[in-house]
Order: sequence, then structure tokens, then C-alpha cells
Amino acid sequence: MTSASFKRFLPLSVFVVLVGFLAIGLTLNPREVPSPLINKPLPQFKLTVLSAPDQTVTSQDMLGKVWLLNVWASWCVACRIEHPILVELAKTNQVPIYGLNYKDKSPAAITWLANFGNPYVKSLVDADGLVGIDLGVYGVPETFVVDKQGVIRYKQIGPVTPEALRDTILPLVKKLSAS
Amino acid sequence: MRSLLIGLGLSLALMAQAKVAPNISADPALEARMMVIAEELRCLVCQNETIAASHADLAVDLKNQIRIKLTQGQSQQQILDFMVERYGDFVLYRPPLKRNTALLWLGPFALLGIAVLMLVLNVRRRRRAMQHPVMSDEDQAKARALLASPSDTPTHN
Repeated sequence: MTSASFKRFLPLSVFVVLVGFLAIGLTLNPREVPSPLINKPLPQFKLTVLSAPDQTVTSQDMLGKVWLLNVWASWCVACRIEHPILVELAKTNQVPIYGLNYKDKSPAAITWLANFGNPYVKSLVDADGLVGIDLGVYGVPETFVVDKQGVIRYKQIGPVTPEALRDTILPLVKKLSAS
Repeated sequence: MRSLLIGLGLSLALMAQAKVAPNISADPALEARMMVIAEELRCLVCQNETIAASHADLAVDLKNQIRIKLTQGQSQQQILDFMVERYGDFVLYRPPLKRNTALLWLGPFALLGIAVLMLVLNVRRRRRAMQHPVMSDEDQAKARALLASPSDTPTHN
């Protein structure tokens, strides 16, 4: 390329590169901050069960199965959007769903489940949000896929969509259950 | 009666205030240390704010965690590490210089370097052009001939 034609195309090429970067930027969601907890063990917890406050569940109790941990709250608007999807998923018995009732009032949470259906094997009460902090929760809903060894394998930020379930979560559950 | 009412009003006002800021520690030194750390942390709910500036629920909870950890005797670095373990490097308002943040840190300097380089090249080329007049011998002869010949162009006056 001669220096004259190089010079002529320089502004255009700079512009094209800039447009390329901006186009990539448009497809990214700045609200989705990748979790550093992927492929790390689930933080230790000992929480009471929403429907039976005299019962507790610890992280050790959950070892040996692949399960979903869905962080939800009765005050969370986006949770209502994903809730029917979870209720449907629970009916198929493909994977047990446990709830983490995050910074909620238990009576309100129980009423909410009575109104909208209860997809959870158990909901665990995290009234002060401390387990939420250990899990790096920064918005509700969030959903974790946990493997048999108690390692977090995936985190869905925001509502579980039918696409996310079909393309990511269920194939991962299948793969983890087989291993 | 009146003073009783005023007293009641005052205590109600105090209660209301206590509700607005329930977690503020009585110890100003602890509060100051907490704020120094909170200034270093990004609020993930409102991403362009520090948790020191934010009133989001999560920011309030995290400030509370910092207070608890400071009273347990943890250092600033231990507390920052605690946050990074859970929320990733993004939680730090000043991201660390790592391989995946190198472009972020060094990119502006690289652009500045390129700009300075282009400026220097440009200035040099112009200076060279000034030192060597662009008129060739042929052009000079043509100009001389034009100046010598009687003008055949119309004038304005």
C-alpha cells in the first residue's frame, strides 16, 4: 500500500475499529458481573426452613446431588416473572430446586408461595442477607447450579428464562448428574 | 401537658431518625475507618457509586459487614479480599493491574504515545518541507519567463 492511499484510508479504518468495539459493547450487559464463585465450593451455611422454622439445613446436607439454588423474595418483582417457569420446571422432576428466601419477612414469603405456587423442595431463610453476601448476591433473583460435590457450576443473574433453562441450565444439570 | 407533648414529639423524631440510620456506629473512629474502606468498593446495584455514597440495601449491608469485621480486628486488606472473593475484582473501585485489565490501565498511555509519535512525525516532515523549497529549476525558469513577458491579462483598473 502506498503511503498516500494508506493516509486516505486511515480515518476510515480507525472509524471501523471504533464501530467494532462499540458494536461489541452493545451486546454486553454491564449489569451481569461474572461471579468469582464459579467452580468454587458453595459457602458454608446453616439456615432454617421457611415452612418449618424448627428445621435447619446445612450446606453439608446438600452434598451428593445436583440442585438449583434460587435466590428469591416476596418483594422482588422480577421473581414473579421467572416464578411460573420454576413451577413448571419443578413439575418435570428434572432437578430439585431449593429457595433462598433473601431478606424477606417469612409470613409475606409464605403467602407469596401460597399465591403463586411453590416450586421449592425447601426454602431456606436468609433474613439478614448474610448468606446472600457469601454467595455474592447483588440482585434478586439469582440462580446457582450446584454439583454433587457442592461446587457452584453456574450462576444465572436475573430471572431464569426458558432459553437459559433450555440452552444452559438443563444441559449442565444433565452433564453434572451423569458424572 | 405541653412539655409532655413536646417531649413525645422529640422522642418520636429521634425514633424516626434512628430508623433512617439504624447501623451507624457510635464510635466515630470506627465509622471513619469504615468509610475509607467503603470508598474503595463499588456498589454493584448502582454501579457508578461507591458503597460509601450509596444508600442501596446491599451497600448498607456491606457497610455493616465492614463495621463488624473492623471490630473483629480485621485489616483493610482482609476486608477488601473478603469482598473480592464474593463479588470479583469489579467490586474494587480501583481495579488491580492484571493481565485482563492491562488494556484498561495501559490503553490510554498507548493512545497518548501514538498521538505524540504522529505529532512528532508530522512536525518533522513539515520542517523538512520548509527547508527545501518546492520550486524546481524548471518552475523557476517558467516563473521568470512569466514575469519578464508583458502582461496580457486584463487588469481591474
